[in-house]
Amino acid sequence: MIDRLLSGDRPNSRPLALVLIVIALALAFAPFLFPGTKSLDTAARICIFIVLVASYDLLLGYTGIVSFAHTMFFGIGAYGVALSLSALGASFTAILVGVLGGTAVAGALALAIGLFSLRVKAIFFAMVTLAVASAFAVLVSQLSTITGGEDGLTYRIPRVLTPAFKLLDMRILDVRIDGRLLAYYLVFVSALVLFLGLLRIVNSPFGRTLKAVRDNAFRAEAIGYRVIWYRTAATVLSACVAALAGALLAIWIRYTGPATTLSMEIMIDILLMVVIGGMGTMYGAMIGATLFILAQTYLQSLMGAAEHATGMLPLIPDLVAPERWLMWLGVLFIVSVYFFPDGVVGRLRSRG
Amino acid sequence: MTREDPAGQAPPVEPPVLETRDLTIRFGGHVAVDHVSCAFQRGTLTAIVGPNGAGKTTYFNLISGQLKASAGEVRLNGETITRLSVAERCTRGIGRAFQLTNLFPSLTVRENVRLVVQARANRGFDLFSRADSHVELTERADHVLSEVNLLQKRELAVSALPHGDQRKLEVALMIALGPQVLMFDEPTAGMSVDEVPVILDLIRDLKRDRDRTILLVEHKMDVIRSLADRIIVLHNGELVADGDPGEVMRSAIVQEAYLGKAPEPAPKPGAEETAHG
Repeated sequence: MIDRLLSGDRPNSRPLALVLIVIALALAFAPFLFPGTKSLDTAARICIFIVLVASYDLLLGYTGIVSFAHTMFFGIGAYGVALSLSALGASFTAILVGVLGGTAVAGALALAIGLFSLRVKAIFFAMVTLAVASAFAVLVSQLSTITGGEDGLTYRIPRVLTPAFKLLDMRILDVRIDGRLLAYYLVFVSALVLFLGLLRIVNSPFGRTLKAVRDNAFRAEAIGYRVIWYRTAATVLSACVAALAGALLAIWIRYTGPATTLSMEIMIDILLMVVIGGMGTMYGAMIGATLFILAQTYLQSLMGAAEHATGMLPLIPDLVAPERWLMWLGVLFIVSVYFFPDGVVGRLRSRG
Repeated sequence: MTREDPAGQAPPVEPPVLETRDLTIRFGGHVAVDHVSCAFQRGTLTAIVGPNGAGKTTYFNLISGQLKASAGEVRLNGETITRLSVAERCTRGIGRAFQLTNLFPSLTVRENVRLVVQARANRGFDLFSRADSHVELTERADHVLSEVNLLQKRELAVSALPHGDQRKLEVALMIALGPQVLMFDEPTAGMSVDEVPVILDLIRDLKRDRDRTILLVEHKMDVIRSLADRIIVLHNGELVADGDPGEVMRSAIVQEAYLGKAPEPAPKPGAEETAHG
């Protein structure tokens, strides 16, 4: 059963399996294990970023394509839902229209970029995606009558998914069974299905072909695979999944703006998550996204506590002051890339 | 060559499988392959010889499509394929083995062969089934691996394989592909003397299947003598000799253009020559 869900792609390492099970269970029961608005929000973001990072891994880790347009596709999905909810009102029909529209636009744009520029050398493709993504971000911030510009869009979502909606009048483990909980499980289940879907794709004959293209595109072509079609298909698939992740984010935070979906910072975060987790493994996305989002969310408060605790000592309180959290995040990355060049997954697998 | 010759002796009734007509490629001012017209019949093995830089590998690249011809055409079964991509030519039946090992290094030996089997079965765009559920593809790959005696090493990554085994795997990919036209570019290059016969036996087996047309670039005279039905000689990109092996090797132009370059072997038919890279 589990083997079928994972498409036969076992973690192949006891510690890795353990870590993955802990993450999956923690996310599955997050509302009950970690009550509170902030922790639930963190859990939902982790779910969304696992999908986003996994879809990027399909491109970078499995096909060997470097793209800087992944946040653009993420943003297209988010804006699809945001625009549709703003225009059509808070209904599930609006969500459906937004999801389908956003995904279709993302797929079509990826197809165009792929066919036009995947023939050229990898570095040019990276540059083209960078240019298109920057142009798109500028466009979104300029077309403020439609997109809300830099302020973004705030909209209502169906009442069933808001805290105002009570599903049951009772509490389970002291947690209110409300619309917010439903929204979390919508995000969780969608993310789970998308992740398992990606896992299936990378273990399909198509996924094996992508690895061949990554390893030796020249030879893949010489045994009869049209490399350009495979690269383009991977780009389109990965863009569609990124758009779906964007749609989930739009539903979850009820706001869509350039800073939450389109910024280059998020693109770099995605890259780091893939590399830290381990490229070309899919499971790396789970670990990378979890570690990164936890650090991003809790490092500051952790450091605040450390500053208080070390208040008596010289120098140390200054070093661990909360406003230096970015520096420590940087140190963490350097250390992790140095000690885990194949990512956390690669490291755990090589240990057995 | 396709013209019927009613008065001819031993008429080649069958049209050639592969044919190049005035095939030419220029790199700037340098003409690497210069109006080479040649036809290859079904069931034959043709050795292509010539000194380094004569254009042998370039000629192969033009036929398999890695390079685009400046002029002239390549025809397969009477149809021109000059404008087709590498993958399309491969699908139509042109298989190419490479001189420098050119495999999928991070994948296993079995996966390398399985990918070729999968390409041939046209399953590359199957997104939603599990690759390991296609048992028939894996079995076919294992069958090919047992033919080249690599079955025990099937789970090794190619990058961990010794050079000789990588050359064997290269031939295995060709067996798995099973194309109409097979091109081998120095299949025994860099192999130890005792490993060479293994590769030659594999090529001989492929030749025994009379449907195939094999082209072989090779430097080792003993290899050519034991396998080739015909030799063509390229020199400075031009086709300078073509014919029966014994005849071509005795011709003055080969003595000068090709064998003159390797001074040690006196080209007496039947003389013992050791393998050298």
